[in-house]
Amino acid sequence: MFDAIAPQKAYATVNPRLYAAGDRCMTPKKGNLRLTADAEQIDWSALVFRVRDDQDKVAFAALFRHFAPRVKAFLMKSGASEALAEECAQDVMATLWQKARLFDAERASVATWVFTIARNRRIDALRKSRRPEPEELPWGPEPEPDQAEVLEAQQETERLGTALAQLPLKQRVLIERAYFGDLSHSEIAAETGLPLGTIKSRIRLALERLRHQMDVKATDK
Amino acid sequence: MKIKHHMSDELLMAYAAAELPEAFNLVIAAHLSMCDECRARSMAFDALGGAVIEDSTCDMSAGSLETCLARIGAMSQTDAPLARRQDSVLPAPLMDYVGGGVDSVKWRPLGMGVRQAILRTGDKGASARLLYIPAGASMPDHGHNGLELTLVLQGAFRDEADRFARGDVEIADASVEHTPVAEAGEACICLVATQGSLKFTALLPRLAQPFFRI
Repeated sequence: MFDAIAPQKAYATVNPRLYAAGDRCMTPKKGNLRLTADAEQIDWSALVFRVRDDQDKVAFAALFRHFAPRVKAFLMKSGASEALAEECAQDVMATLWQKARLFDAERASVATWVFTIARNRRIDALRKSRRPEPEELPWGPEPEPDQAEVLEAQQETERLGTALAQLPLKQRVLIERAYFGDLSHSEIAAETGLPLGTIKSRIRLALERLRHQMDVKATDK
Repeated sequence: MKIKHHMSDELLMAYAAAELPEAFNLVIAAHLSMCDECRARSMAFDALGGAVIEDSTCDMSAGSLETCLARIGAMSQTDAPLARRQDSVLPAPLMDYVGGGVDSVKWRPLGMGVRQAILRTGDKGASARLLYIPAGASMPDHGHNGLELTLVLQGAFRDEADRFARGDVEIADASVEHTPVAEAGEACICLVATQGSLKFTALLPRLAQPFFRI
């Protein structure tokens, strides 16, 4: 019964690796789109630093091509119309430009940071409850962050993505819906006929599995 | 300060997804300001949000990037961050609601030396307030209609379940009926967020309920 909700939303999933390769071809600039040798992934943080330091529009264009459509998809799944999602996605990317110096690459990947900006934009756009932030840590972003830490933050998001994709569909859909915030637990319960307890325990199982995957992969390194 | 009672995964995930009433968001933000462990867990839930965002994409409108760049060109520079304020009792997110430190709280007496200050939050379904319980005094016996989060900011209290000191959060659902008692020594100050309204079990406090807005 619960599976019936999944196909309602068409997930246009793009292999991030293919997408990244496309971006690389479109931005041929003196090799400073640094790639990590093992992962064949773009170093998104380096692009944010170029926006921060040089107001580099080429770097920004690469970030935009990757993240803007993802933010838009996220907002549409959160219940925004296409027009609103398009406008908000542009806002989110403009905020990325404007607040680039606040990006702390040692603590979060660019994807994570973009998610937090998109979440805050969604609160305004969909008139959600105000969400106070915790006190800022006494240390801000380092101007020259430690590369190993930066890489680690990005790889963590990638590992989480892999672990998320490997979850049983029923669990993954619940996690994603929780983040899209399109329905509360009790509304999902009403819609799917699943008892609230089942939804909660499925989410709990999913989180345990994600945690386990992250532990396994962290010790593998 | 060793915090023993932490936020649940369920609440941290809902906070990451911005799906909670403001009163609960405030308690969580205050707790994360005091608890590095939950702050790290909260950041992991943001990272999960990053992974969810990476997972799906769609088409942007034609000329979207150019529109965005034009918008950026028209923006003014961001303001410098506000100067950090500090208070020995209230973490920063709470200071924003009180309009200052613990000395700025506008307490109202609830009887027996217990005081409260209702904080202005935007949502109807939940409310937030600060409670001041003199050392050794107890809160009236109460149950609640829904979830209640209690974060200790000063002193400590005990109830039937456990001991809660500064930084600890008690998560109580509708099934919990408890009688928190402040420990001897220092008055206990707590931040409490409640879904629905409190139900007092004794007759007199129940009559007083509409008047005191709890």
